Amino acid sequence: MSGPGGSFLARALRHRSFMLGGALTVGMLGMAAISLFWTPGEAISLNVAHRMRPPSLEYWLGTDKFGRDIFSMLMAGAQNSITVGVVAVSIGLVAGVILGAWASAKRGWIEEAVMRFSDFSFAFPAILSAIMLTAIIGPGGVTSILAIGIYNIPVFARLTRGVANAVWAREFVLAARAAGKGAVRITIEHVLPNILSIIIVQATISFAIAILAEAALSYLGLGTQPPQPSWGRMLSEAQALIFLAPMQAIYPGVTIALSVFGLNLLGDGLRDLLDPRLARKR
Amino acid sequence: MNAPATVPVLAVEELQRHYTLPREHLFREPGKVYALNGVSFEIQPGRSFGVVGESGCGKSTLARTVMALETPTAGTVRILGHDLFDLDKDALRALRRHFQMVFQDPYGSLDPRHKVGRVVAEPLTVSDEVGARDRVEKVADVLRSVGLKAADMDKYPHEFSGGQRQRIAIARALVTRPELIVADEPVSALDVSVQAQVLNLMRDLQDSFGVTYMLISHDLAVVEYVCDEVAVMYLGRIVERGRTEALFARPSHPYTRALLDAVPRPGVGRAKRGAALKGTVMSQTALGTGCAFADRCPMAKPRCLEEAPPLRDLGDHHLSACHYAEDVPAG
Ligand SMILES: Nc1ncnc2c1ncn2[C@@H]1O[C@H](COP(=O)(O)OP(=O)(O)OP(=O)(O)O)[C@@H](O)[C@H]1O
Ligand SMILES: [Mg+2]
Repeated sequence: MSGPGGSFLARALRHRSFMLGGALTVGMLGMAAISLFWTPGEAISLNVAHRMRPPSLEYWLGTDKFGRDIFSMLMAGAQNSITVGVVAVSIGLVAGVILGAWASAKRGWIEEAVMRFSDFSFAFPAILSAIMLTAIIGPGGVTSILAIGIYNIPVFARLTRGVANAVWAREFVLAARAAGKGAVRITIEHVLPNILSIIIVQATISFAIAILAEAALSYLGLGTQPPQPSWGRMLSEAQALIFLAPMQAIYPGVTIALSVFGLNLLGDGLRDLLDPRLARKR
Repeated sequence: MNAPATVPVLAVEELQRHYTLPREHLFREPGKVYALNGVSFEIQPGRSFGVVGESGCGKSTLARTVMALETPTAGTVRILGHDLFDLDKDALRALRRHFQMVFQDPYGSLDPRHKVGRVVAEPLTVSDEVGARDRVEKVADVLRSVGLKAADMDKYPHEFSGGQRQRIAIARALVTRPELIVADEPVSALDVSVQAQVLNLMRDLQDSFGVTYMLISHDLAVVEYVCDEVAVMYLGRIVERGRTEALFARPSHPYTRALLDAVPRPGVGRAKRGAALKGTVMSQTALGTGCAFADRCPMAKPRCLEEAPPLRDLGDHHLSACHYAEDVPAG
């Protein structure tokens, strides 16, 4: 699709923060992908003989108190964060978009019920529902995924219902009804394609929030369990040594910050690029 | 003229549509908007029927109800003899190929995410047995007949001008070869220079396909140019109906008279009859007694405030809802 000011690609290349956000995100994805088959050192198994090594050619960022290679742990942690983020956001997105689109298509009491349900679940922050879930199914990656996923359902439901209502008010929907299309077909053929870009932007932002939330849950010991490396647990393990080896806390901290920052820039950039009206204003 | 033996393409009877406004107070009845208050008319095959009136008089509500996009509060709509609100869902869907609509806003009525070919084929995809190949053929045909190229199928709506987009919308309405096309302000969003082209196209299509039009406009010139018959609406009622030339040459309702006087006509040195239309449209949220136009009518008499004038036949297919229809000054 070519909008005003050239093709999507040409505008994207000119958009600085989009490019920076994209680069950071690609870096994070790349780290995770490479960690699937190669890491410079040992991310999982303990090697007490090599504990607390300073950065060197062998241990790029040094080793932790169990002798694991910190850079390798960051790579494997990226894989963990991304898995949790993608699965959790997908759960929230699919369920939320279906609920929101349904509310928008039916209006009336169904819409009212879906929105009140959203308000209700908004009152529970992800951490709180994670604690409740932990009580039921125990701590672990699945708990993080479910807690973050459930938190995201009302986020997507509200957004979808709002923008879908705007599409339902357009004349081309009236034309589709005059052609004889039913609510399901109109939702699939007209409403969803017209709100897709907004959903994509939200998914990017939600992904960033999910990474933060996953780190927080692991930090609290509710999320990913050892030996699977995770950024949040690296932070909590480094906390005990904060005066002895401050860099061990700074590495995962900076990695989390850069990933979240990158995804937010990417989301904002996409918002600009996918909305030609906003793009023209800049 | 004798009563025609054919089934009218569209027959509307005593149509009413009242909107209930959102409840503002727990113990008070929610407000109502009386958008349509008993509208009746018929359109014979191949004719063009115009509906004129000021903004808010219920023209679009009438169009949406005729298209079965809204359910009336009371009354019936028959298309080719079928009562739309008596049909089950599937039967109504199947009947929809016989009546289609052209909307006002050529920018809003085409989905920006669909290519023109898909937009135009839309009515075919609902109840059509024909395969994809035939469908492409039909779309190409209809695009050519509205003055576009078959190759335009692969473009997006935003690549076209307003007039071309309205041609696309007309092509979509025409693709099932419907008997009736309801056009709600089809040219009012277009440049004046383009308006004539689109109206000419509509006239040509009527000649070649024999389609029947119900054309809604606030612009008397548009209706005069296209329509054989006109209905003038005021506050959800038809106040005058008749053949176009007769009605415009000799209006029999003071409201029609006022509408005509409000149109600046170059070359006709007609003295302005004072401020033709004073005041705004009376509240649509209450149904009063008497004539709804009485408070703005230059000819209003005491009787008009007490007794609502029925739509009565003045002969020669001319109807007027005025007690003093015979006294309305001619142009
Ligand atoms: N969904 C609705 N809910 C409440 N009131 C409505 C609704 N749709 C229309 N109305 C009201 O009904 C009346 C008639 O509206 P309608 O759109 O039919 O007028 P119109 O003659 O087409 O006007 P215009 O020339 O501005 O298009 C208006 O007072 C309008 O505010
Ligand atoms: Mg209207």
